[in-house]
Amino acid sequence: MALFPFSAIVGQDELKLALEIAVVDPGVGGVLVFGDRGTGKSTAVRALAGLLPKMKVVVGCEYQCDPTSDRAQCPSCRAMTGTPQVAEVSVPVVDLPLGATEDRVVGALDLEAALTRGERSFSPGLLARANRGFLYIDEVNLLPDHVVDLLLDVAASGENVVEREGISVRHPARFVLIGSGNPEEGELRPQLLDRFGLSLEVRTPGDLPTRVEVVKRRAAFERESGAFLEKWASAETALTTKLEDGRRRLREVQVPDAAIERAATLCIALGTDGLRGELTLVRAARAAAALEGELQVTDRHLARVAPLALRHRLRRNVLDEVGSTVRVERAMAEVFPP
Amino acid sequence: MTADALEAEARWCDAVTAIELLGVGPTQVGGVLVRGWPGPVRDRLLDWVRMVCLPPLVKVPVHITDDRLLGGLALAATLETGRVVLERGVLAQADGGVVLVPMAERLEANVVGHLCAALDRHELSLERDGFTGVTPCRIGVVALDEGIDDERAASALADRLGLHVDLQPLPPRSTPPLLPDVDKVRAARARLESTSVPDSLVTALCEAAVQLGVDSLRATVLAVAVARAHAALCGRAIANDDDAAMAARLVLGPRATRFPETEQAPAPPEPSDEPAPEQPPLPEDRADDQPPPDGDPDEGDLDAALTELVIAAARSAIPDGVLDLVTAGRSVQRGPRSAGRSGALKASTSGGRPSGTRAAVPQPGERLNVIETLRAAAPWQRLRRRAASSRVEVRRDDLRVTRFAQRTESLVIFCVDASGSAALQRLAEAKGAVEQVLGDCYVRRDHVALIAFRGTHADLLLPPTRSLVRVRRCLADLAGGGATPIAAGVDAALALALEARKRGRSPLVVMMTDGRANVGRDGTRGPAGQGDALASARSLRAHQVRSLFIDTAPRPRPQARELAREMGATYLPLPHLDPRVVSSQVQALTQAGP
Repeated sequence: MALFPFSAIVGQDELKLALEIAVVDPGVGGVLVFGDRGTGKSTAVRALAGLLPKMKVVVGCEYQCDPTSDRAQCPSCRAMTGTPQVAEVSVPVVDLPLGATEDRVVGALDLEAALTRGERSFSPGLLARANRGFLYIDEVNLLPDHVVDLLLDVAASGENVVEREGISVRHPARFVLIGSGNPEEGELRPQLLDRFGLSLEVRTPGDLPTRVEVVKRRAAFERESGAFLEKWASAETALTTKLEDGRRRLREVQVPDAAIERAATLCIALGTDGLRGELTLVRAARAAAALEGELQVTDRHLARVAPLALRHRLRRNVLDEVGSTVRVERAMAEVFPP
Repeated sequence: MTADALEAEARWCDAVTAIELLGVGPTQVGGVLVRGWPGPVRDRLLDWVRMVCLPPLVKVPVHITDDRLLGGLALAATLETGRVVLERGVLAQADGGVVLVPMAERLEANVVGHLCAALDRHELSLERDGFTGVTPCRIGVVALDEGIDDERAASALADRLGLHVDLQPLPPRSTPPLLPDVDKVRAARARLESTSVPDSLVTALCEAAVQLGVDSLRATVLAVAVARAHAALCGRAIANDDDAAMAARLVLGPRATRFPETEQAPAPPEPSDEPAPEQPPLPEDRADDQPPPDGDPDEGDLDAALTELVIAAARSAIPDGVLDLVTAGRSVQRGPRSAGRSGALKASTSGGRPSGTRAAVPQPGERLNVIETLRAAAPWQRLRRRAASSRVEVRRDDLRVTRFAQRTESLVIFCVDASGSAALQRLAEAKGAVEQVLGDCYVRRDHVALIAFRGTHADLLLPPTRSLVRVRRCLADLAGGGATPIAAGVDAALALALEARKRGRSPLVVMMTDGRANVGRDGTRGPAGQGDALASARSLRAHQVRSLFIDTAPRPRPQARELAREMGATYLPLPHLDPRVVSSQVQALTQAGP
């Protein structure tokens, strides 16, 4: 089925920014999206697939290895001899379906090969397919804890280690984890929250013109997806170019000491635990600068991404009704006086 | 004909129109949510489904397992042939047709998840038993919601089914003997592709949705799809006002969470700044070149009249309860709560999670893990295969049993005395304690519930939950004052505790009261209150429900201590509730084991 174009999503600027940052700098550490039903969370994430610049892979490699990088880690590339053939493919956006069994996530013994030929070989799972791409989990708060733990662990280490049924395999699994869920159905444990780089909450737009526009576009897409896609093709290409440029520029973006200091001051003011807050804040600000075509991180970039990077890292005071976004905004007003 | 009979006939007409619309475009309208008990009326409606919709019509039993729903390894065939044989799941078989879901209010969270994914994407992606693939799954869903009171089909599913039909008010023999016009539906199906909905109708539907308090944009998108299907059904190439009115009646009305304002300006309270009802909608013809909506357009009275019409159509379908709640001044819950009784969290937590397998011959009550057994057997097949048979040889040593890590969840039931003059302060303290306990234990995925008793009875204010969001919403409007019916409070706590136990949770009751009961079980004031309270307390102990008694009186009295003893409770005199002390006590008790 055709995907709804990313640029045709009305509003939801913060969600779009978070996803764009994750594309430009996959190291930022995943995005967590919480929000009500029917706000277009899943639509936005799945739309990413149509937007991502193509990537080069080694033909025949089950882990989509990059031909230009060190391929020694990947079992299927190690087995290859000679110069590998190279192909261009779309960046994978893999959906983790609710109810996927653990063996399909990490990979397992290839049952068919074992039964028919008596061979003990490894059949890669979803983590292998998501390598160098995105792994999307809808309803992440309904996933069994042990699977979430496993995913976050692999996402952080970039490597999947499989030790089961007498198989011992390790393969690269670098992906951006994107989780979404509805907070009314249960929350994520704080230690898991902290492992996500960026987090945000999406709401249903309340004003009529925006709602009308959303419904019109959705209806148009569902009626004639071909014509709709054509209409948005140039916007999509422009966005792809912007992301490509951002990615290229990322390495050149300077982070002055003053900006790092600012980030630290903000985190101290908010009392975030650990250093992950500062690190993510600076990284995300750098990606935001790269997206805007600038070569230096400024206060403006920090301020733009601070709610995304910090709101889920605040120590939660259960008696405090003030939302974490408001708390971040207040601290920003102090640290970055207008 | 009486007014009731007329009303019943109108309702039945709506119901069969919904089925016809489903027949016209099942994937477009998503499906039909039918609320009502089994009976002749519903059976007749299902006959319509069978006649009007394209086959296949596939039934999904309520406790279907993932492997049957999605497909997976066909065990018998695999063992027979020695090759991996896959079996198509029920959802894949339903492609192009309709999935019938009886008892939708009791669906497991994973089944809801898969149905929603299929409705969203019109395809199924499969990651099971060593098989990866995508199969088309263009379905409409007919969900039969048989819930009573606040039991409802999961909101995630209900949101995706465009048409909502309520058969409950229909008397059994009231349905007029109509037969569907199958040819008309077939013609409409062919016409649907070329039918269009003008922008003015889209705007009117959006505005009606806002005024009716229908938040989900998906509902509005579905309303547009329903208007289109209805136009096709009536043989129109372009949808008109009647189609929009029907869409409002079948899609928006049943989802309304408030009554629309009729004439005057102010939009009802909403967190976001909403436009007043007569705010001009967008003009029709800005669609093509510049997409983003910025300017505030001006427009004529025509569209306002259309919106009025659409809202009037929806109004007749607004559920009765909404009006009652609005007039009672209580906030209306937005849409049905998450999956009625079989809560969404249950599937992922209760019953223990599989934690690996072990080699063993399955004992009664243990589960053979077939896949792991086959995996264990697989590497040896070549050695074992003496004859030319292609059968898989599985030996005793290969058998693997699934291990479950059973970690019982606890449910902390707060039973709070909301009576008397100190009530307000005590309630505030209790609220703090509930949130603190929840904050501490949601790390461990435990649940809390809150019962308050005052006047003549006890109320379950907060059903078992883990969601801080819901706790805040529920605690916000907690009122106090009146007499002290302790017996009623203890009874309510006991009932909830026993229910929790049935679900495999271990309950802990936290009583917060000064122990001075003055209302009996029958609701009358008097000295019988204390005796009844003691009797209730004893039955709590008899059921071996663990409890903690927090004496909130400024000067503790012997009655409270006696009550605590009869309950078998840990007694804690605490004139000023300290949330942290309560929380640590609760933790100590929940971790102590049953």
